[in-house]
Amino acid sequence: MTAILTIDGLTMRFGGLTAIDAVSFEVRPAAITALIGPNGAGKTTLFNCVTGFYRPTKGGIRLNRAGGPVQLAGLPNHRIARLGVARTFQNIRLFGRMTVLENLLVAQHAELMRASLFSIAGILGLPRYRKAEAQAIETARHWLDRVGLTARANDPADTLPYGDQRRLEIVRAICTGPRLLCLDEPAAGLNPRESADLAALIRAISAELDLAVLLIEHDMSVVMGISDHIVVLDYGRKIAEGPPAAIRADKAVIAAYLGEPEDAVA
Amino acid sequence: MATAVSPMRALKEAGIAALVAAVLGLPLIGFRLMDQAGGETLATRWYDLVYVIAIAFVGRLALVLTGDSPRRSAAAVTSAVAPIVRPVGAYLPWLLIVFALILPALPFATRGVIDSGILILTYILLGWGLNIVTGLAGLLDLGYVAFLAIGAYTTAILSSRFGLTFWECLPLAPVAASAAGLLLGFPILKLRGDYFAIVTLGFGEIIRIVANNWRSLTNGSQGIANLPRPSFFGLADFTASPAPGHTAFNALFGIAYSPIQRVIFLYYVVLALALAVNVFTLRIRRLPIGRMWEALREDDIAAAALGIDRRKIKLAAFAIGAAWGGVAGVVFDARQGFVTPESFGFIESAMITAIVVLGGMGSQLGIVLAAVVLVGLPELFREFDTYRMMTFGAAMIAIMRFRPRGLIETRRPTAVLK
Amino acid sequence: MAYFLQQLINGLTLGAIYGLIAIGYTMVYGIIGMINFAHGEIYMIGAFVALIATLALTSLGITSAPLLLLLVIAAAMAIAGLYGWTIERAIYRPLRASPRLTLLISAIGLSIFLQQYVQLAQGGRVKTLPPLIPGGFTLMTDASGFAVGISNFQIVVFVLTILLMTGLTLIINRTELGRAQRAAAADPLMAALCGIDVDRTISTTFVIGAALAAVAGVMVVFYYGVIDFFIGFLAGLKAFTAAVLGGIGSLPGALLGGLLLGLVESFWAAYADAAYKDVAAYGILVLVLIVRPSGLLGRPEIEKV
Repeated sequence: MTAILTIDGLTMRFGGLTAIDAVSFEVRPAAITALIGPNGAGKTTLFNCVTGFYRPTKGGIRLNRAGGPVQLAGLPNHRIARLGVARTFQNIRLFGRMTVLENLLVAQHAELMRASLFSIAGILGLPRYRKAEAQAIETARHWLDRVGLTARANDPADTLPYGDQRRLEIVRAICTGPRLLCLDEPAAGLNPRESADLAALIRAISAELDLAVLLIEHDMSVVMGISDHIVVLDYGRKIAEGPPAAIRADKAVIAAYLGEPEDAVA
Repeated sequence: MATAVSPMRALKEAGIAALVAAVLGLPLIGFRLMDQAGGETLATRWYDLVYVIAIAFVGRLALVLTGDSPRRSAAAVTSAVAPIVRPVGAYLPWLLIVFALILPALPFATRGVIDSGILILTYILLGWGLNIVTGLAGLLDLGYVAFLAIGAYTTAILSSRFGLTFWECLPLAPVAASAAGLLLGFPILKLRGDYFAIVTLGFGEIIRIVANNWRSLTNGSQGIANLPRPSFFGLADFTASPAPGHTAFNALFGIAYSPIQRVIFLYYVVLALALAVNVFTLRIRRLPIGRMWEALREDDIAAAALGIDRRKIKLAAFAIGAAWGGVAGVVFDARQGFVTPESFGFIESAMITAIVVLGGMGSQLGIVLAAVVLVGLPELFREFDTYRMMTFGAAMIAIMRFRPRGLIETRRPTAVLK
Repeated sequence: MAYFLQQLINGLTLGAIYGLIAIGYTMVYGIIGMINFAHGEIYMIGAFVALIATLALTSLGITSAPLLLLLVIAAAMAIAGLYGWTIERAIYRPLRASPRLTLLISAIGLSIFLQQYVQLAQGGRVKTLPPLIPGGFTLMTDASGFAVGISNFQIVVFVLTILLMTGLTLIINRTELGRAQRAAAADPLMAALCGIDVDRTISTTFVIGAALAAVAGVMVVFYYGVIDFFIGFLAGLKAFTAAVLGGIGSLPGALLGGLLLGLVESFWAAYADAAYKDVAAYGILVLVLIVRPSGLLGRPEIEKV
């Protein structure tokens, strides 16, 4: 099975600081890959490189798609999103004063622009746009029902409680029709019950849509519960990789998170 | 709600305020430069200085004693007024449109009043045009007056050199302005908000300087005069004695000639154009590109992560906004009859920006109210004029402090789930 | 050659003036990330205070040029410093948590307010003053008889600028205040946690910036002899350009940017079209922001996502 995303020798330097040091791994299709590591390990930096918000210093990021592989490193962020890589953010970024529904409509802008001939058909009031918009609203409704936000569809996004905002951001990313979904700490700030619900949601969506998920997360219950594959970073380097059971027992990983015993410091 | 503040402390604070006012005011208020033939001399104005110090003392005393955070007071006022305003609010836009339509027929509508109406409508038109750039897309353009200038000068040059009429210039001016918008926008749209704002300000200044100095094209500081007024859709002219081969408006309709007819016609033309921008904006908000603009304004990083090409979208907003500025330029010429570089300075840009920002980003109604207040009041009450600009500056600060989202904070959604 | 040298001297003088104003922009931007649009107006107020103080002191019988200059500079610095302090406390501090654009708009409102205040208080017409320290030196005369000269006051400008820059650098690098300033500029939260009074540091930054702008105002009054209430707007934009050119946040950058801008403006006015010299300045601003936004001496900013 070919990977959907191949990261090869990725290095990111900011001035004198090396945030990511020659990291390589693969993200498999229709599976959930978790990226974990202590704070400052470089996880979000890696995300930013993959999604085009940073330009990597060295190395490659290859997206394997039906039309042939595409090198993502160096592409602008919106192009990467158009190629089917969607993401959420560590600090929730919603379109606050727009309604929940509108947030999901913005996500579907690509089809809507096509259907409206760059909005011209819309200005003229042509039916093809009205049909496309109705379709987009139905798609939005489907996902709102899925996450239980239908009742708040017409409320401004910034009036939602925190947990709902998180779910909205994920669903918005899904509405772009991605092939790879990158979630940056989706369970941050959620209580255990909400985290478990979220984990189940991600697992279910990944299975339903055959969607590859790359997940940064600190909440180990979520990570261990739903990941098919885990990659561990520490100080910008990959220190371990494998299925959850193997990672749980890996000495290097334990040392990174919990520190080494005093006498073991080399 | 007010915390108890000891009178001693209040007096001390007021004293400090008075002292600061005294030192700040001493050179500029206490003294007055008298421009004499041989140079400057100094006169003193101690009475005015004492007056200012007293105001500072009393004002600070009142502020400290009431203890309430001013923002809380503002919020209190808003919530008190809301139950009265809200039911009216839904009807207000329609009321305003009806009022605007019947204005020339009202008894107090003298030529001066209608002329003021044209001025206010022009600013509303400009405000709604800038709204596409600043209100919807969130790009703070401090040099919007440049597009007004380009529209106005294009019209002036085309009509004075090639004899084009108002109606012929009307489609051409926005093309020129929009081209300028594309040219200027392309290199600078990647800049961050505040840098972008300053650069647009620079552009506004550049246009003014060019207009002032390129004498062969623009006639420099003297400007271009005798600009054409709109004819009655090309069928008749608004004049007592039409040129040979032309019909007079009053003759066409069998009524007596009156100079006010021309003014009333221009009024309705501007009103129609303003309503056109309005309808355009309302339409485009519901279209993908309008939503993308608002998304960009709310969070441009998230917008990029959804695949939105920020640069292209911003460029579209900038160019379309510029086009409407150009349209306003044609109208501007028709009202004044002449054009000079002086009309296109920073203050005008600041005024238009203030109208959009004060009105409430993206709110059509808010912009109308802001234009009426900022442009209409000083027009109709000339006594305000001396302190007008100073109050304007103070108002901008106050609004940012107490109501940064503008007069109308609520936003009407573009799609509803039933 | 001689003409070139003269433009060089004049350009550097003008540049020193821009540099002093630019420092205020760059320091404020470095510490609270805000473009103080009203800074140009402080410079203008400094100029007016200088003019008024000169007239007042002369009428009191003080005629010795060095003493007069010293007193006028002191007065302008003190009063402009107080204006800067008041503005920060009353207008900017309450808005500190607001988004950048809100701050910018209030700064614009303040700029308009101050301009109009001075126009109302002192009249809209241009104010003039005969030169305080006339005379100068002829450095060389070329074959055609054109004399390259440096006026006494130009020397004063250079000396003052060097003194102030040295003093400021010493303060920033050697004193407690300077350390606090640099810490607060780098990371305000951390600085506060380390016990630094960030509010007071910010106030001091505004005061220093205002005082330097006031000195620039003094120099303009004596060097050009002509001021009006609108000079702040133009000089403000140019000084901002200088700060950006040199690298916003960098003190030596502000002075460097100022000098370069002064040179460009002088040469443009001398060799190209004087009417368009302001356009040259704006052009530089646009160019720098597009090509190298971090300026000559600044560090590139990385946007955290």
